[in-house]
Amino acid sequence: MVEHRPLNDIIAYAILTLGVFIVAFPVYLALIASTHDAATVVGGSMPLSPGDHMLDNYYRAVFIGGARASRVPVGQMLMNSFISATGIALGKIFISILSAYAVVYFRFPFRKTAFWIIFVTLMLPVEVRIYPTYKVVADLHMLDTYAGLIMPLIASATGTLLFRQFFMTIPEELLEASRIDGAGPFRFFWDTLLPLSVTTIAALFVIQFIYGWNQYLWPLLITTQDSMQTIVTGIKKMLYTTDELAEWQLAMATAILAMLPPVAVVVFMQRLFVRGLVETEK
Amino acid sequence: MEKSVVFNNKLLPYLLLVPQLIITVVFFYWPASQALLQSFKREDAFGLNTEFVGLENYQSLFADPSYYKSMLTTIVFSSLVAALSLSIALLFATQADKNLKAAGAYKTLMIWPYAVAPAVAGVLWIFMFHPSLGTLARPLRWMNFDWNPLLNGNHAMTLVVMAAVWKQISYNFLFFLAGLQSIPKSVLEAGAIDGAGPMRRFWTITFPLLSPTTFFLLVVNVVYVFFDTFGIIDAVTGGGPAGATTTMVYKVFADGRLGGDLGGSAAQSVVLMVIVIALTAIQFRYVERKVQY
Repeated sequence: MVEHRPLNDIIAYAILTLGVFIVAFPVYLALIASTHDAATVVGGSMPLSPGDHMLDNYYRAVFIGGARASRVPVGQMLMNSFISATGIALGKIFISILSAYAVVYFRFPFRKTAFWIIFVTLMLPVEVRIYPTYKVVADLHMLDTYAGLIMPLIASATGTLLFRQFFMTIPEELLEASRIDGAGPFRFFWDTLLPLSVTTIAALFVIQFIYGWNQYLWPLLITTQDSMQTIVTGIKKMLYTTDELAEWQLAMATAILAMLPPVAVVVFMQRLFVRGLVETEK
Repeated sequence: MEKSVVFNNKLLPYLLLVPQLIITVVFFYWPASQALLQSFKREDAFGLNTEFVGLENYQSLFADPSYYKSMLTTIVFSSLVAALSLSIALLFATQADKNLKAAGAYKTLMIWPYAVAPAVAGVLWIFMFHPSLGTLARPLRWMNFDWNPLLNGNHAMTLVVMAAVWKQISYNFLFFLAGLQSIPKSVLEAGAIDGAGPMRRFWTITFPLLSPTTFFLLVVNVVYVFFDTFGIIDAVTGGGPAGATTTMVYKVFADGRLGGDLGGSAAQSVVLMVIVIALTAIQFRYVERKVQY
């Protein structure tokens, strides 16, 4: 910077540390709550240091589930979340890399039309057409199935636009060279385009995995059996039980488990994450 | 920009497009057109009969005071969340942009809440501020402040706004930091040579140069508040108390599910679609002109 004042740096560190503290505090509190027994948490005077019920709480949450009502263990919910988040990410990548390939590398009647049909879906998220989509999925007998959790959420244009943009930056000489070598559309896609797209695919996967993992309204609507619910929708059901006391310590353990996979993805794959975030929003 | 070298297969491009087009038509166009159609119909309580009622669903919608209330709630909610999360994120981003040694670590520590699901964020915040067991509700009680987000509409709104802002800071921070880092240092040096202090440099140089980022984030934030905050609201307040935190999207959900009024819910969906499209168009058309590049 222009001038360098030590005081300036101290203020910056102070503000940022305060920021980090604000950002981390709610999660810290949840972590603490997940290590105490039910009475301590509900009592309203929970200490700010960890208790000794951590293993007990997490074991009960993951393998047994809440005692009240017939809840499924969180392990089952974690698996549902994993399957649907991975399915959404892979499904989106699969359909969008193919359609982007068609739009960029071929000339055919209605090419622009096809592109616009896909492009319009950018405007309207699933939340505004929720009940009609529910009806379609019900008519297709996909309620309480992984296909029903996954497919309506991959109908969007972000991936296609991202791959289209990326393909545009690939020099034309590459295609010319491949064609001189006698490569057809399959060979070119498999041997040239796909290897070049690895980083873009990975970045898109990271973003879409988080998107899929964090879905709430859609899984809430289409899963009626507890055994099909995802972890994000399961937490709230633990809190709003019909009987008197919610088991907050288990709900908080579940919240920590629900945060862990996507947060780990952001922290450990930060570069891919930032790239995916910036490029899907362009 | 178009490629000049292409393949000339006739059938293959259509085959490549088929998976995406099928999914888009089945899960997007078909339901969207059903929403439009349904908004002109009324279904009886058992779903046996549907009759065409023209604009009646829309008329009753716009005659319903609770609909205007949800509009107002949405406006208040989105302006608060956008204003707060943008300004807080900008403050943090300007500090992280100061060539600090630990800037990279701070960045990592700031951005991870992006990965927290809105519904989970809601659960964390209601736990923190729960009137009977919340850790941060205790000091409020000691101050004899009658804090109760489960009963008081303003308290509920405050809590939902805080949770939504908490979740959105990381996203805005990331984009503001990138925006700040792309501003050439020479411009700021020139300002300093002319005798402008840090505050003056920020408001006359940095802030105007940052306006494309700010504008982009404004659009993204409004869309975020409209749709992604559903999970927060459902986890924290369930739209209550007495509808104080029922936004327009939440109302579509609540009326269709709890009330079973699918025609009215569809009419709301259509109004919402129109608003979102108009909002995007207006922002791009008019706000962009005042933005400096």
